[in-house]
Amino acid sequence: MAKQKNVLPGFNLSLGFTIFYLSLIVLIPLSAAFIKTTDLSLSEFWTIVTAPRVVASYQLTFGASLLGALINAVFGLLTAWVLVRYTFPGKKIIDALVDLPFALPTAVAGIALTAVYAGNGWIGQWLEPLGIKVAFTPIGVIVALTFIGLPFVVRTVQPVLEDLEAETEEAAASLGANRWQTFSKIIFPAIWPALLTGFALAFARAIGEYGSVIFIAGNVPFVSEITPLIIITKLEQYEYASATAIAVVMLIISFLLLFAINGLQWWVSRRASSDN
Amino acid sequence: MPASTSLLTTQTSAVQSTQYSNYQNKVARSRATSEPVWVRWTLIAIVLLFLGLFLIVPLAAVFTEALRKGFDTYITALIDPDALSSIKLTLIAAAIAVPLNLVFGVAAAWAIAKFEFRGKSILITLIDLPFAVSPVIAGLIYVLIFGLQGWVGPTLMDYDVKVIFAIPGIVLATIFVTFPFIARELIPLMQAQGKDEEEAGLVLGASGWQILWRITLPNVKWGLLYGVILTNARAMGEFGAVSVVSGHIRGMTNTLPLHVEILYNEYNYAAAFAVASLLAILALVTLVLKSFIEWKVARNAEIDEKS
Repeated sequence: MAKQKNVLPGFNLSLGFTIFYLSLIVLIPLSAAFIKTTDLSLSEFWTIVTAPRVVASYQLTFGASLLGALINAVFGLLTAWVLVRYTFPGKKIIDALVDLPFALPTAVAGIALTAVYAGNGWIGQWLEPLGIKVAFTPIGVIVALTFIGLPFVVRTVQPVLEDLEAETEEAAASLGANRWQTFSKIIFPAIWPALLTGFALAFARAIGEYGSVIFIAGNVPFVSEITPLIIITKLEQYEYASATAIAVVMLIISFLLLFAINGLQWWVSRRASSDN
Repeated sequence: MPASTSLLTTQTSAVQSTQYSNYQNKVARSRATSEPVWVRWTLIAIVLLFLGLFLIVPLAAVFTEALRKGFDTYITALIDPDALSSIKLTLIAAAIAVPLNLVFGVAAAWAIAKFEFRGKSILITLIDLPFAVSPVIAGLIYVLIFGLQGWVGPTLMDYDVKVIFAIPGIVLATIFVTFPFIARELIPLMQAQGKDEEEAGLVLGASGWQILWRITLPNVKWGLLYGVILTNARAMGEFGAVSVVSGHIRGMTNTLPLHVEILYNEYNYAAAFAVASLLAILALVTLVLKSFIEWKVARNAEIDEKS
């Protein structure tokens, strides 16, 4: 197809505008971050990005994002399964509500989760006597990051589950497999690449998250302070170079994740097409 | 779906995925390929509990907290001049960001879906970049360029043009965070539709713009609308990026989400939740419209199948 002559007009205009707009809004501004760090010597850069308070924030950001994504992997898979396979009253509404974290502004999510999980909140008051403090602790960070990553696993696994052929499951059953065997040997191998993709997306989204976390986290240095907040704090003190240095570390990690996810999805779609 | 290799797939290919007919309609489940009743209901209960704790209870809390001090306090918080000016600024930012990203989305999808060229997959990945960038960093990069110590900030200052701590910065940050949504929705749709109809139009003597207006856009109108709704929701709700560039000047550079933060940090919870409830309503309206579009697309696909 590539060799065939394309008769449609507008290629130069549309591609030209696309590249122009992309450069103006995304590429040039992003390159500013990398160029700004050249103000610093390598040792200065290293001192800033490995300062103990910053390292503690990486640990919280990545640790809480990982846990949030894992919680979403388990419950997202369950949610997708229940939505695809079972019928129950209110299912359509539940299905639509799964996208709420995507549509609800993060600041609203932040104050709502804080209100609910604070010591006197609807859920917090039941957890507090059990010795579990959620709001203003690292657990609060995990709750917020679980919330914002919730749609990803559900929405990547759901279409794959819908597409599964019932025949293979029937064959497994007729050969004497029980439901658990059918799930672990037939269904799970088919959906796990989608599950992994959803997990990676939820993880990537959580790492950069700011709005929903800062309200519930309490933002105590070394304890519940996330990396994006450190960037903001440095900016407010006009320490542009150090803010940018930390931002560049995060950007590099995010880009690596983006490439990993694109690779994953390429692999998933290739797997799907080789099956047919 | 070769083109759906993107970060956005989860969010925006729903228009496509609803085109798959529902699993249950396809196959009548026999006992051998379903779970016992108690397993089914246990799983449903776990899911409802999980979604209840994380979605439904917080959503209900927004409205309860907003109305805690009565309806009068609620209304007072909304007609406060600072609240009204933040509503206005939020609408302005969305009114500029959404159309610009719409034009970009159509142009990018036209180039990527209708033509073959080298570096296409790199271009698609680059369009995805804003997803991988933390909103805080999105704000930061514009400060580095337009701030007082930035690349062009001092020059602009000489001409009395302010970008950072002013409306242009807020608009730019909003454009950045919502950059890929419409493009990402349109690319797979337009690829799936091929270019036969466009070529037929060309043979019949239509110009490029006529083809775009009369053939391509009507064919992807639901996907387009879907992308616009999602972009709009994100544009009006963006917090981190806008927070960095806004400077939080009350009545001047505060958007709705920033106004919520200010009220909350002043311990004015009832007012904070009242303003937040507006944004929650916006989110609910977005979800309803989204479901409507998915239903519409699924129905159109069914009609196509029958005819």
